[in-house]
Amino acid sequence: MAIDAVEVQSAMPNHRSKTIHVTVNGVPRESHVEARTLLVSYLREHLKLTGTHIGCDTGHCGACTVLVDGTPVKSCMFLAVQSDGSEVRSVEGLETGGKLHPVQEGFHKEHGLQCGYCTPGMMMTSVALLAANPNPTEDEIRRGISGNLCRCTGYVNIVKAIQSAAKEMAAAPKGGP
Amino acid sequence: MATAPLGGIGVSVPRKEDARFIRGKGNYVDDVQLPGMLFLDIVRSPYAYAKILAIHKEKTLAVPGVLAVITGKDLEAAKLSWMPTLMSDTQMVLPTDTVMFQGQEVVGVVATDRYAAADGVAAMEIDYEPMTPVIDPFKALDPGAPVLRTDKPGRKDNHIWHWEVGDKDGTAQALKESDVVIKEKIYIPRIHVSSIETCGCVAQVDSMGKLTVWLTTQAPHAIRTVFALVSGLPENQIRIISPDIGGGFGGKVPVYPGYVIAVVAALTTGHPVKFIEDRTGNLTSDSFARDYHIEAEIGATKDGRLTALRVKTLADHGYTDAAANPSKFPAGMFHVITGSYPFKKAFVEVDAVYTNKPPGGIAYRCSFRVTEAVHAIERLIDILAHQLKMDPAEFRLKNFIPPEAFPFPSVLGWTYDSGNYAGALKKAMEIIDYAGLRKEQVEKRKRGELMGIGISSFTEIVGAGPSKDFDILGIKMFDSAEVRIHPTGKVLARFGTKSQGQGHETTYAQILAEELGIPVEGISVEEGDTDTAPYGLGTYASRSTPTAGAAAVIAARKIREKGAKIAAHLLEVSPDDIEWVDHKFQVKGVPGKSKTMADVAFAAYTNHPQGMEAGLEAVDYYDPPNMTYPFGSYIAVVDIDKETGQIKTRRFVAVDDCGTIINPMIVDGQIHGGLTMGFAPSMLEEIQYDADGNNKATSFLEYLLPTAVETPHWETAKTTTPSPHHPIGAKGVGESATVGAPPAFVNAVVDALEPYGVTNIDIPLSSYKIWQAIHSKDPP
Amino acid sequence: MYPPNFEYYVPSTVEEAVGLLDQHQGDAKILAGGQSLIAMMKLRLAQPAILVDINRIPNLAYVREDDKFLRIGATTRTAELSRSTIVQARYPILSDAGREIADPIVRNRGTVGGNVSHGDPGNDLPACLLAMGAEFEIHGPKGIRTLPARGFYQDTFVTSVATNEMMTEIRVPRPGAGTGSAYSKMERKVGDFATVGVGARVVVDSSGKILNAGIGLTNVGPTAIYATAASDFLAGKTDSDAVLAQAAVLARDASAPSPDNRGPVDFKKDMVRIWTRRTLRKALDRAKGGK
Repeated sequence: MAIDAVEVQSAMPNHRSKTIHVTVNGVPRESHVEARTLLVSYLREHLKLTGTHIGCDTGHCGACTVLVDGTPVKSCMFLAVQSDGSEVRSVEGLETGGKLHPVQEGFHKEHGLQCGYCTPGMMMTSVALLAANPNPTEDEIRRGISGNLCRCTGYVNIVKAIQSAAKEMAAAPKGGP
Repeated sequence: MATAPLGGIGVSVPRKEDARFIRGKGNYVDDVQLPGMLFLDIVRSPYAYAKILAIHKEKTLAVPGVLAVITGKDLEAAKLSWMPTLMSDTQMVLPTDTVMFQGQEVVGVVATDRYAAADGVAAMEIDYEPMTPVIDPFKALDPGAPVLRTDKPGRKDNHIWHWEVGDKDGTAQALKESDVVIKEKIYIPRIHVSSIETCGCVAQVDSMGKLTVWLTTQAPHAIRTVFALVSGLPENQIRIISPDIGGGFGGKVPVYPGYVIAVVAALTTGHPVKFIEDRTGNLTSDSFARDYHIEAEIGATKDGRLTALRVKTLADHGYTDAAANPSKFPAGMFHVITGSYPFKKAFVEVDAVYTNKPPGGIAYRCSFRVTEAVHAIERLIDILAHQLKMDPAEFRLKNFIPPEAFPFPSVLGWTYDSGNYAGALKKAMEIIDYAGLRKEQVEKRKRGELMGIGISSFTEIVGAGPSKDFDILGIKMFDSAEVRIHPTGKVLARFGTKSQGQGHETTYAQILAEELGIPVEGISVEEGDTDTAPYGLGTYASRSTPTAGAAAVIAARKIREKGAKIAAHLLEVSPDDIEWVDHKFQVKGVPGKSKTMADVAFAAYTNHPQGMEAGLEAVDYYDPPNMTYPFGSYIAVVDIDKETGQIKTRRFVAVDDCGTIINPMIVDGQIHGGLTMGFAPSMLEEIQYDADGNNKATSFLEYLLPTAVETPHWETAKTTTPSPHHPIGAKGVGESATVGAPPAFVNAVVDALEPYGVTNIDIPLSSYKIWQAIHSKDPP
Repeated sequence: MYPPNFEYYVPSTVEEAVGLLDQHQGDAKILAGGQSLIAMMKLRLAQPAILVDINRIPNLAYVREDDKFLRIGATTRTAELSRSTIVQARYPILSDAGREIADPIVRNRGTVGGNVSHGDPGNDLPACLLAMGAEFEIHGPKGIRTLPARGFYQDTFVTSVATNEMMTEIRVPRPGAGTGSAYSKMERKVGDFATVGVGARVVVDSSGKILNAGIGLTNVGPTAIYATAASDFLAGKTDSDAVLAQAAVLARDASAPSPDNRGPVDFKKDMVRIWTRRTLRKALDRAKGGK
């Protein structure tokens, strides 16, 4: 188990901080965090997983989207202590064994990203979307990603990227990504 | 054209930069983490205009983790409380006595981490004496209006500058003689680029006193020079690194106060200091775009020939002119407003005014005020067509500058390089079945249904710019490429520009692949580090391909010149007998006898001719002979819910012409994104202020970026009319769609509302405005 | 933008949660989905000293139907509500609303209990529950009480739940034969609060006569509004466009919107009228077996 020493002021009163056990991208972690630490801060500052981004601070843009127990959540609207006992998956956990996830492949092939800032959150939403609905229509995709804002692509190629990933996942043998 | 394995011009090469972004391995400013790094947060003004009576630091300094508080008085002691803007106006870094807009930076709080810094900001107590703000830009010019810039000795009003171009009397005369003249007021509202990454920096001073700043900037070199001039630090002791940028759109061109405060904090604490804006800070204090109050008149003969154009505009600049225009053009390229039409007479005047709002006047994905110009002319053309009872497509086709007229000298002083406006419009009309739509509209009108078709045939002006006319703070607007071929034939190329998502690592490599005959995978592109990249003015206003892209071509061709000599040496012929054919050096007329660039590169380090310098590299600082003028025609089809005013965009066809296309996939991506940033302010986005100067859109709850659901499904197509002066005929495309799209939407909506006698609705086209337009008139 | 410090408690029973709320009255806030509360804390508009995280209380997230009620546990995610087949089949007003709340990711966290008890007039579920004649189960230190939705909303962010109480269950009466319901939301974009939202429930007999009806309105007043006059008017009327138009006018007159970026009062009131009429039509179609 990886132990992360996180500095906590010794004067911290009880209940203001907590030791949490979280599995992040398959790696079990034990960390001591302030109760107010947002999950996004925990990932970015404590675990140095900077692929998850902060965009709007108020839960509108989805740049911070990660999967908690398989469900997309906005990690800037979610406390790290709330993830105690959960499995968290961020963009860094998509590639497995040196093989890109079909969603990553799709975004690359179909030019589904430009500046790349919304991309990790957008891809995490896409992964969950395809898990729940392996063959979505364009309308279902557009609704499904409507909690994630992209300023660069106009969404056209993101839709194509998700469709391309859906196709690849349908063609892949069971037990694949 | 290149074959696919080379990945040269015209190939949809998948982007090289994706490799890190799709793995979450991009390196944005907030990803920079340094040992001992502190965090800066900012206390902002709740008032639009107020005197600062006292700043009580005690409670903030008592917050655990807070190390320092920085005020305007602290900066004043170091002569850093004011800084110059790119328009040679002055802007406060932190105020010493007066705040000028709501959201203005008032105090910097430095702490061990961002949570503690936020606590420190929340604990800050400041006594203000609010004053009555000047919000309405027209009232700002009233004789009795309070003078806002009392810091400027001798100022008696809020008028910043007057700028005009064209033949005033001739235009007046021509309008007088016109059979038809229409006049319209059009307001292009204040908007914000709202890149998903906000602005920020990390400032570090090393043990040798060298300052390194990782900065969200589109123009790292220019910023380094500005930093040197403001701070007095020697320029060789300043390094600006622009890492991956999460969207720029013009918002990351200016220097913001937070950057300067972070540098001061790093200098005074001896620790690296990070400053990352929150979204509210971003929306309330970073540069805005647009905010032009336009009043325009356009004339024509009764048979539908355009005669003259007269435009009077009031520009609300907030409390300082912090636009980012070339020095010579305080209203940017606004005088491209004669658009795609051969006016013989035109006159444009712009007056700029101070108000108690944040400064700016930057682009929002636009080449210096072209969006405002295109919006005005394409709206006026439609209103005039309607007045003349002519179809708006027919009216445009009748009046376009014809292809044979290029290069075309516009009456307001530009020389359009190339164009085929009718070609683009006809193509769009064919794709969307314009005639069929008009028939459908007639049927729908009979049934009382509201459907509209809107056209915009825009002419852009990008690629600033020729050094005779273009500079920012005196620095000429060239751009640069430095190309180095290693012994094994691999390439490192560095540029003075800075991608923010445009894909430079791929497209520049493609240009070089084409010019050097080296496959695109073997070419690395670097930008953004002022210690390594050649000096350039950066990426905005769709200037990278027209300037740095051209520099890449010229640098590559310089390399080919030397390469030919090395090839001649290897092939034992005279350099005059070598020609560049099929991406190789070949003995003239002997296809079998040739050397590749890789052969030549190896020889340049291992077997170069005696008397020749070793190595194979070149630098070019490209001074474009002219601007480039991309163009296109867009057609929008909308259906309006009569009862609610809701607009549904049924179809949107965009035909673009940006000259030679380097990577079709990337160009399409740029157009999709550009269209969406044309759609957004047309339908949703606006920053409004109430009478007290309160910003009414301080988060994404009220500043409405479109999601995938609202955004139309874009249909794109191309025509190709190369630029005659660019070395590969390319023009620039990043902004065309943002510039061209809004009038297509407004024209479509106004067309739908034609039965109600509506001539104009200002963007954003909210349901309320449409409902109001319908309800304020008697139903037909 | 970061929240202030607070003390964090994770009760494992409702009693424990209520005990904490009672012990720290006024200083403690319930953390359910957190999609409003955490944003308010980051903006420092809310600075509770204590957060009571009820997400780990077992058996508080469920959607089930018995012979009297549809029962929704307080920590049921709004996304679950619209996914429930029972809800889709028999309470479409709730699945309609469940698809319109905020955005899909927020709905994965936001809870039904939070949406209902926050007291934000912009939340979508209260109008639906007013229309449906729902009731709420509230746990307090002195035990359990049940309050009807009608009368529950007192002012913006003020409800009948005391600071030492917690909503645990939302109960929607089982619809009888001939019931149809629908929710419509006019919004500027996904993620926006409604310009106006209308929830409608109608019960019709075999002849098409409306036996009774309920209409709730979102974001056109300081609280969610039950349009009493409009609802009562419909009882006993035969379905016609004219009748719906009259009810829509009565609903409009029940609204008290404030002007904002969405538009002025007269516009919003007219939108109440339009969307009431349209939503009633949709509910009636459903009552008559349509979708």
